[in-house]
Amino acid sequence: MTSLTALLSKWPLVRQIRERKDGTGLEAMSEKTRVMHARTDDAQVARSICPYCGVGCGQLVYHKNGKLISIEGDPESPISQGNLCPKGAASYQLLTHSRRETKMKYRAPRAKEWTEISLERAMEMVAERVWESRKRAFVRQIDGSNINHTTAICHLGGATLDNEENYLIKKLFTAGLGMVCVSNQARI
Amino acid sequence: MPGLGTSFGRGGATTAQQDVANADCILIEGSSMAEAHPVGFRWVMKAKERGATIIHVDPRFSRTSALADIWVPIRAGTDIVFLGALIRHLIENDLFFREYVVYYTNASCILSDEYRDPEDNGDGYFSGWNEEKHAYEGESWLYKGGDLSRPERDLTLQDPQCVFQKLKRHFSRYTPEMAEKVCGIPPELFHKVADALVAASGPEHTAAVCYAVGWTQHSKGVQIIRAAAILQLLLGNIGRPGGGILALRGHASIQGSTDIPTLYDILPGYLTMPHKGDETLQQYLDNYTKKTGLWAHYPEYIVSTLKAYYGTHATAENDFGYGWLPKLTGNHSFFEFLYDMLDGKMEGMFLMGQNPAVGAPNSRLQRKALSKLKWLVVRDMVEIESANFWRESPEIDRGELKPENIETEVFFFPAAGHAEKEGAFTNTQRLLQWREKAIDPPGDCRSDAWFVHQLALRLIAKAKASADPIDEPLRALDWWYPEDSLGDTNMEAVLAEINGWHTLEEKENVERPTSNAQHPTEDGVVFGVDRNGEPHHGPQVNAFAELKADGSTACGCWIYSGVFGRDGVNKANLRKSRDYLGHGWGFAWPSDRRIIYNRASARPDGSPWSERKKLIWWDSEKWTGIDVPGFVKGKAPDYEPEVGAEGLDAIPGDAPFILHEDGLGWIYVPKGLRDGPFPTHYEPLESPVSNDLYSHATDPAVNWFTRNENRFAPPGDARFPFVLTTYRLTEHHTAGGMSRFLSHLAELQPEMFAEISPELASELKINKGDYICIVTLRGAIEARALVSRRIRPLRINGKRVHQAALPYHYGTAGLVCGGTANDLLTISGEPNVTIMEAKALTCNIVPGRLPHGQAFAEFLNKYAPQAGQISLHPEEPSVSTGTSGGGHASEGKE
Ligand code: SF4
Repeated sequence: MTSLTALLSKWPLVRQIRERKDGTGLEAMSEKTRVMHARTDDAQVARSICPYCGVGCGQLVYHKNGKLISIEGDPESPISQGNLCPKGAASYQLLTHSRRETKMKYRAPRAKEWTEISLERAMEMVAERVWESRKRAFVRQIDGSNINHTTAICHLGGATLDNEENYLIKKLFTAGLGMVCVSNQARI
Repeated sequence: MPGLGTSFGRGGATTAQQDVANADCILIEGSSMAEAHPVGFRWVMKAKERGATIIHVDPRFSRTSALADIWVPIRAGTDIVFLGALIRHLIENDLFFREYVVYYTNASCILSDEYRDPEDNGDGYFSGWNEEKHAYEGESWLYKGGDLSRPERDLTLQDPQCVFQKLKRHFSRYTPEMAEKVCGIPPELFHKVADALVAASGPEHTAAVCYAVGWTQHSKGVQIIRAAAILQLLLGNIGRPGGGILALRGHASIQGSTDIPTLYDILPGYLTMPHKGDETLQQYLDNYTKKTGLWAHYPEYIVSTLKAYYGTHATAENDFGYGWLPKLTGNHSFFEFLYDMLDGKMEGMFLMGQNPAVGAPNSRLQRKALSKLKWLVVRDMVEIESANFWRESPEIDRGELKPENIETEVFFFPAAGHAEKEGAFTNTQRLLQWREKAIDPPGDCRSDAWFVHQLALRLIAKAKASADPIDEPLRALDWWYPEDSLGDTNMEAVLAEINGWHTLEEKENVERPTSNAQHPTEDGVVFGVDRNGEPHHGPQVNAFAELKADGSTACGCWIYSGVFGRDGVNKANLRKSRDYLGHGWGFAWPSDRRIIYNRASARPDGSPWSERKKLIWWDSEKWTGIDVPGFVKGKAPDYEPEVGAEGLDAIPGDAPFILHEDGLGWIYVPKGLRDGPFPTHYEPLESPVSNDLYSHATDPAVNWFTRNENRFAPPGDARFPFVLTTYRLTEHHTAGGMSRFLSHLAELQPEMFAEISPELASELKINKGDYICIVTLRGAIEARALVSRRIRPLRINGKRVHQAALPYHYGTAGLVCGGTANDLLTISGEPNVTIMEAKALTCNIVPGRLPHGQAFAEFLNKYAPQAGQISLHPEEPSVSTGTSGGGHASEGKE
């Protein structure tokens, strides 16, 4: 008998009549809905910032066991107050879409296709190229003035990178290697 | 940003986005803010809710115009005439904010008798032009006597040699009628705007200006921003709540990448890169240190930078390693080295998060340039056009390039995304905001920091094994960074270096750090141990005022000092906003000040201009208020410097612009610009009409970069009768690498289109949705015609001028492909920053589809003959050979 009552009381219509509600509140919820919870509930949160434009909207990056769960606007940001535009709202897809490259690729001179090589080997090769180009094209002096630069290696990019990355680039490329052809999307 | 930098002192937005809500009027020009900075635009809407008048000046009616109170259609590239007419209106009718102008700007400063204005001869030239050098010599632009720190002033503004009188004369012909003639703006509309701005000026009111690359990307972009700066100074709107100029940046960290520049001509914190001839540290300091104002501390900033770069190898005996810094021998900006690439002089290139094959002007030439490299490193999240130009590009399709002939070795490194690494972006309002790392990047994906760090370790190891003197700077480089299990540097350790610390040399008995944790020691040391477990540095500095020029401090970027001080708190990662300006959330440079030059928010006597607009004020002992005061805390409003005072002591108590030697806002720029102390109207390099104001049509100091593949149509060229402008969509991002590959964004804007007016469409017999070709001397692309009343023909000097507007995001890779607008653009160099003119050109429109393959060349030749004379514009330097670029600097390049 009790089990039948229990069973009946799960029926939203009965609950609605008994609780004299209009069927638009919690009484209309099925058991299935009741146990549902947001996929972000037991996830960890990283405070982040949208990577697209310069507005700098706040983001909450939900993740669990090394996997991204979702990226949402941060309501506490004094700038964006939880809002994201279509681009910011697409940043979850930016990290997870299927066209994203996750393998190191190399194209040899005159080749028609990529070949896969290891990161380690690629780093060694790039270091070698930089070393040789710099040796070939380093200018120590012009008309008796110290120059200590090379104009045969250049860098482009920075406005999408972190400040700390730009700092390391300038430190290694300019202060270390003597590269002066360093530029990014900004013009100052 | 020399437009803002020379006017006010610092190259950054003067205010915070949230503060725009306090404005009584907002002028948005050179930006479609609602579309390109949508979430920032909500603060404009908040202001509107509170009763502010919103004005949008733009060739195109966009969602920004739809939400504005007044939309002013304008011919692209004529903003200085419109702004100049507003300036003239304020002066002629005595509507400017007199007390602000008299005390806070250099309107009263007396100029040298040598100064000549373009008005004097109506030829468009200032005094000092050197035809041979194709450049100005600016001596005659200085104040009378040549000293910038103690200018002679006439506070009545009556002296015929004072800036105010010169300004009045300079803009005297910029009448509403002239604005109608040149910009196509009817006088009634002009007066509506002028009235709204005037109503929002004075002690009780303020107006804000918002702009983006619609102002910057012109052959006189810096001067357009200067014109806005003059307007805002005359209205008394800088340094006050609801006022200011908000430069809207298009990338997450474009402000950050100029503050800590990946740019050739500056070092972190806007220090100057040394030039050939700046032989010793002393010579360099003599050239760049100012006697008065904040820049008197230049030695502290540069020596601390050198200490951050070279660590213990930088000593007083070796000029702190100054000799190791490379010296500039000319202009080494992107377009200059692009031509070196084309000429086979460049061996290798790093591309990190930039896609010039789509995003840079004259992109046909960009792709060809990539094919001339020996080696190319591309770091991106997807296979962008700049990574696969050798197998998939219009040039391959047309047979202009063949993979088997391209020697370039390409290394594609997959990059980590924003949630897969930690670090800070600096947003459009100078705000550093830290991102925590959520997850590890997948597969071979790594951060750019990882790449640079790993490369540095390898190169430094090679240098240590070498005895070559050219490797000395590498051997001296202080690469101390602790790393994590992926081989990534600890980014907070890098931030600690950027903030600055006291070095261990400072005092022998300083407590030596023994552990490497962020938690500060009692002394305030964070991450104090290097890769070998040795003590590396002492306590953090709390502010740039602590920096020294004797090697006892190191600091990677002086303007960011304070972000990670002795309390060991990473302030870029603060997330508790306490007030509407966002204090407690992130860290705004300098010194967490949200509205800079805020001394101007109070009257000369230190009291607020009004209760409604108060921000900081003098409380009889110190400056206090809602924001961090941008002034020496205890300096009284009536402070008068003694004769011979130096540094900040030389700045009077009522001079808010403390980076300038005279402490004033510069209506007139006596030093620091290459194309004149006042903004002047020049026509775009490609224009349908001649210049109505001056006999020289274009900015004389501009760098044309003329080359066979980079030719300009002369004024009024009947083959290219329409004005061409470019813009951004909400749903795509710049060159598309972060948007065209994502289904969610791709489906929202699936195809390239060109906006044209119904009038032009009917003249050319084009229907909505038809394919059309847009042709310039540089190239041709295909697009669908978007026939819309949002763009309309203007009447320019009695002539009907049509405009076409193109989004610039498309290319050959990704989910949605389309014609690359940049194929049509010219490479050109604005005199101060070498930016291209992307917003005002001329084009032709041909109904129908663009031929593929080899038929393309025939098509292009038909509408834009590719042979014959190279310099077609009468004001271009003539270029005869096929490859060398006109005005392309080659001095000292070996
Ligand atoms: S969410 Fe949109 S407006 Fe906000 S930062 Fe990202 S791209 Fe800009």
